[in-house]
Amino acid sequence: MHIVVLVKPVPVVGTEHLDGAYRTLRDTLELNGNDEYMLERALRLTEADGDEVSLLAMAPATGVDALRKGLAIGAARAHHVVDDALEGSDIRSTVSVLGAAIGRVGADLVFAGAASSDGAGAVVGAALAARLRLPYLADAADIELVDAAGAAAVRVRRPMGSGHEVVQVDLPALVMGTQLLGEPRYPSLRGIMAARTREIITWSVADLGIDPATVGGGAATTQVTSAVVPPERGAASVVNLPPDQAAEAVVDFLAGRGLI
Amino acid sequence: MGTIWTVSRVTAGGSTRAGLELATLARTIAEAGGQDAAAIIVGPDAADAGASLTAFVPRVLAAESVAGRPWAATATQVVLDVVDLGRDVLLVTAEPEGLALAGFLVGVTEAPLLVNATSVRWDADGLSIGMSAYGGRLETQSRFAGGRGRGGIVVVRPGAITATSAGVPGTVEMVVPGADALDALAGDVTLVEHVPAAPEAVMAIEEARIVVGGGRGVGGPEGFHLLRELADALGGAVGATRAAVDAGWIDYGQQIGQTGKTVRPDLYLACGISGAIQHKVGVQTAGTIVAIDRDADAPIREFADLLVVGDLFDVVPALTDAVRARRAASG
Repeated sequence: MHIVVLVKPVPVVGTEHLDGAYRTLRDTLELNGNDEYMLERALRLTEADGDEVSLLAMAPATGVDALRKGLAIGAARAHHVVDDALEGSDIRSTVSVLGAAIGRVGADLVFAGAASSDGAGAVVGAALAARLRLPYLADAADIELVDAAGAAAVRVRRPMGSGHEVVQVDLPALVMGTQLLGEPRYPSLRGIMAARTREIITWSVADLGIDPATVGGGAATTQVTSAVVPPERGAASVVNLPPDQAAEAVVDFLAGRGLI
Repeated sequence: MGTIWTVSRVTAGGSTRAGLELATLARTIAEAGGQDAAAIIVGPDAADAGASLTAFVPRVLAAESVAGRPWAATATQVVLDVVDLGRDVLLVTAEPEGLALAGFLVGVTEAPLLVNATSVRWDADGLSIGMSAYGGRLETQSRFAGGRGRGGIVVVRPGAITATSAGVPGTVEMVVPGADALDALAGDVTLVEHVPAAPEAVMAIEEARIVVGGGRGVGGPEGFHLLRELADALGGAVGATRAAVDAGWIDYGQQIGQTGKTVRPDLYLACGISGAIQHKVGVQTAGTIVAIDRDADAPIREFADLLVVGDLFDVVPALTDAVRARRAASG
């Protein structure tokens, strides 16, 4: 069983900035929080001999610390697509690069986190599944591996608008999960030591058989034309009264706005 | 001349709230750009459900859901059949079904995609898409490269616009999806079990006009009981921060924020919520925000309209009583 966990090194939440070309500055990167939940589950599902969890990221060289953290948490190896040509890539480029890389790695299961903190698009998992023609199971709150008449299958529980459902599909497949999978572990000291010797395989775009001219900012199908810091909502009026009077004040305020 | 399309899902015999918003948006853009507007709806009894969209858009295409197929796979096929993404614009909702649809379409067609739109308008240079990035700390405008007349997919945040009817009713046509992409996209997924929600199903927060949100300060499930009473008195729904959901006090489906849902109710009542950036991104476009918190300097003060400083265990029940009394008095 080989599970590839897609991870995105992202700017530290709350510190994101754009450069002059309206591209996210990526000088200091951390592991995207949502991806850690997938890594945690992948590790718990692969405790048998011969099983393996590997990481796959498309990121600038500064993403290596985030990959080291993933290795320290427990992944056996990391694959890092790193190439200056990728700067400014749109979602289409990202999907073609990650798709080619997954093909190179080979996987029984591909795991994707719910969304990245910087792009927050939450579409790359579905797009990769469609590109690779893998079944796509989204919003997993629980993931199990099961035997389906001799074939390995993945079973996913996911909340629906009303209640929840359990679905199953034969491998290979791509699963996108949420934080309901359970808190990820922290890297142990032993893990941090072990990560130093674990392999980070780097690939350029050309290594993946992709023409660099078809990816990155030059080939982007979308462009940012302006960016502004929005005005803050005005600071709140403050009510500091005993509960009953405070409640009346709120009701008056809401009535004044036609909300009650 | 291109067409501005939307896709929505059938819920409770009609379109989702987001579907009505997107249909309104498609019509508005089409009017500004001298284009056509049309809505696609996919789900059970689609023709009847599609009628709910005819008040908003001149043309509705309705497709039945396919048994055993995920909604997004069927919707993808319908879009591939009728939409020319080289020229047309497709608006989908930033809710799970729309995200899966947008992802599938990009995976299959490599169409341009812009996500997290908070505004979409047509100006002299064509389509301009406003997006809120980094938890609302930055607002950007984007375009599809190639300028006017270039098509693509825009994922629009629910509640980014208000649904308004057109005045002239549109028409509904049935369409039958082809099968080219459907099988490959859907996979051979088996439904093992479906457990419906309890009868006292909670109101979906993204559909609610009033949302009462609870955070760490609510302290536990009992605290959320107080919030539910207030929400009931107001006719609203209960939402929560990630901390409250992680603690197991309330279901994940009610989570608002960066890793949960984005809501845009007329009123958001934040109880015991400090206002961390990860939560702020999910509520900042609410019409009015009222916060109840013990800390007069909580960050939520920066983006709430009214902050009540006090213990929510005192203020919330008092507010519930006051709301009931006001409602009773106004008949």
